[in-house]
Amino acid sequence: MQNENLNPTEDIIICRDVHKWFGDFHVLQGVNVTIKRGEVVVVCGPSGGGKSTFIRTINRLEEHQRGDIIVDGIELTSDLRNIHAIQREIGMVFQSFNLFPHLKVIDNVTLAPFWVRKWSKVEAVKVGMELLERVGIPEQADKYPGQLSGGQQQRVAIARALAMQPKIMLFDEPTSALDPEMIKEVLDVMVELARSGMTMIVVTHEMGFAKEVANRIIFFSDGNIVEQNTTEEFFLNPREARTKLFLSQILTH
Amino acid sequence: MAVQSETMKPPRSEVGLLGWLKKNLFSTWYNVLLTIFSAAFIYIVLRAVITWVVRDARWAVVTTNLRVFMIGRYPRDEAGRVLVSLGIIVLMTALTWVFRKAKGKPRRWLVIGWLLSFPLITILLRGFSRESPFLPLVSEDIWSGLLLTLVLAIVGILASFPLGVLLALGRRSKLPIIKVLCTMYIETIRGVPLISVLFMSQLMLPLFLPPEIRLGTVMRALTGMALFSAAYTAENVRGGLASIPIGQYEAARAVGLNEALVMGLIVLPQALRAVIPAIVGQFISLFKDTTLVVIVGLLDLLGIAKAVTAQKEFIGLHKEAYAFTAVIFFICCFTMSYTSRRLEQRLGVGER
Repeated sequence: MQNENLNPTEDIIICRDVHKWFGDFHVLQGVNVTIKRGEVVVVCGPSGGGKSTFIRTINRLEEHQRGDIIVDGIELTSDLRNIHAIQREIGMVFQSFNLFPHLKVIDNVTLAPFWVRKWSKVEAVKVGMELLERVGIPEQADKYPGQLSGGQQQRVAIARALAMQPKIMLFDEPTSALDPEMIKEVLDVMVELARSGMTMIVVTHEMGFAKEVANRIIFFSDGNIVEQNTTEEFFLNPREARTKLFLSQILTH
Repeated sequence: MAVQSETMKPPRSEVGLLGWLKKNLFSTWYNVLLTIFSAAFIYIVLRAVITWVVRDARWAVVTTNLRVFMIGRYPRDEAGRVLVSLGIIVLMTALTWVFRKAKGKPRRWLVIGWLLSFPLITILLRGFSRESPFLPLVSEDIWSGLLLTLVLAIVGILASFPLGVLLALGRRSKLPIIKVLCTMYIETIRGVPLISVLFMSQLMLPLFLPPEIRLGTVMRALTGMALFSAAYTAENVRGGLASIPIGQYEAARAVGLNEALVMGLIVLPQALRAVIPAIVGQFISLFKDTTLVVIVGLLDLLGIAKAVTAQKEFIGLHKEAYAFTAVIFFICCFTMSYTSRRLEQRLGVGER
């Protein structure tokens, strides 16, 4: 396996022939993809096509049943130590925020660094406040998630994921549950993050965001990658009929 | 907005005592009728009760036997030990109330204080050995009255709660054996009346335990009560666990928490908070169920009331004895219920 990854520091995520079934439903049908360090990849496609399931297999929220997933040199197997090691390196932002409602904003952010990274409380709070400043809401630190707007909650969720200092960030439709006027504040944070050199995989329909920062677009449909290309090529010269159809549907408005 | 509310006052009929009366008691002709009937009913009942309490009742049965009601057969010379124990609890409760908003150090000391007070009180009440000059043994089997009721309830609650949480977690376990065992336990206990569990614990426990360990009647009754209550607590907690959205587990795992931390930091705190009302309801019913220990020969508060009225000079004074008992039960249960409501408010149950 090692000799296959000639440059393991370059390829941070390697998926080879990844399959997954939900019961009889073959949701991932042999996905092959490699993500490079620092790359920003947007995954788009019709709903039900398996794109969310795909990124959720990368941090083991879903278990793949065949094929290999190698994250930063660690292979995802049923070995719990490997799973936790990978989960520590990957931050994830969900469509429905999933903040911990019983904890204050700052505690949401410092929880994992304190309990998993074993930082001191003082250090964790210091880093946590820096992150809240980075996402633009340091003044909300002592509130509970329920007291924040959707856009603010999603920015807290980004700060919470960043607090573990992950090497990779996964975004699962981060703006789909937001009111239109709040989408921009979240996308702004994500653009800043992308420009800082973070490796990002973003499932989204925000094509403006894709055009602005993505290095590569992956079009996902019916359980597999239909087409992938650099951002420019993807929008200018889509090759597959399904891609063209999808683009015509989402870009007409 | 402020200007508007100053210039436009609500109509007079909507505010003040008269407005309230009109709105709530005399709004329609049938509400007027209901109000009059209810007032008459309340008057008749209250008058009868007050007349009985103030004029007819012979409270000597209670005042003469107050010590018996409280501690039953606990030796008169050792009664001070019960008072000291009560003092410890009152002191700790007061300290908890004073430092209720404190965090960090004082809070840690409170927890340590409570943890220490239980073994301390146990030693204080039970003593060492029969010959010991200092704190001679008072076997728990002669504890009775309110003391026994409280001991059964408090120890029962403290023992059944963690057991119930473990059973609830076990019932949701991915390991089939643990799941089946916990489910069987919970369903069996819930399918059986408490009286039979109490009988079984009296008769069967000695058979299961090694012969060196001999539990007294009170300990066996306590075990029965705790095992019984744990099954119900488990079902309540399971309801709380089921109410936690899957996204919480996913988010917790995604930030790198392991299974134990996911449970301990994210899921259980929210689940338990959500079921405070149900759990306190379970504790209240456990408290009242302690009266059933009469059938295994123990004299709890209710048993004492019965025993007291069997004395020659107090024959026929059941009403007074039972009324007194009822008032004490009400005070205890209402306190629990009130505390639970305060706790809910403070922890913000229902706010997500």
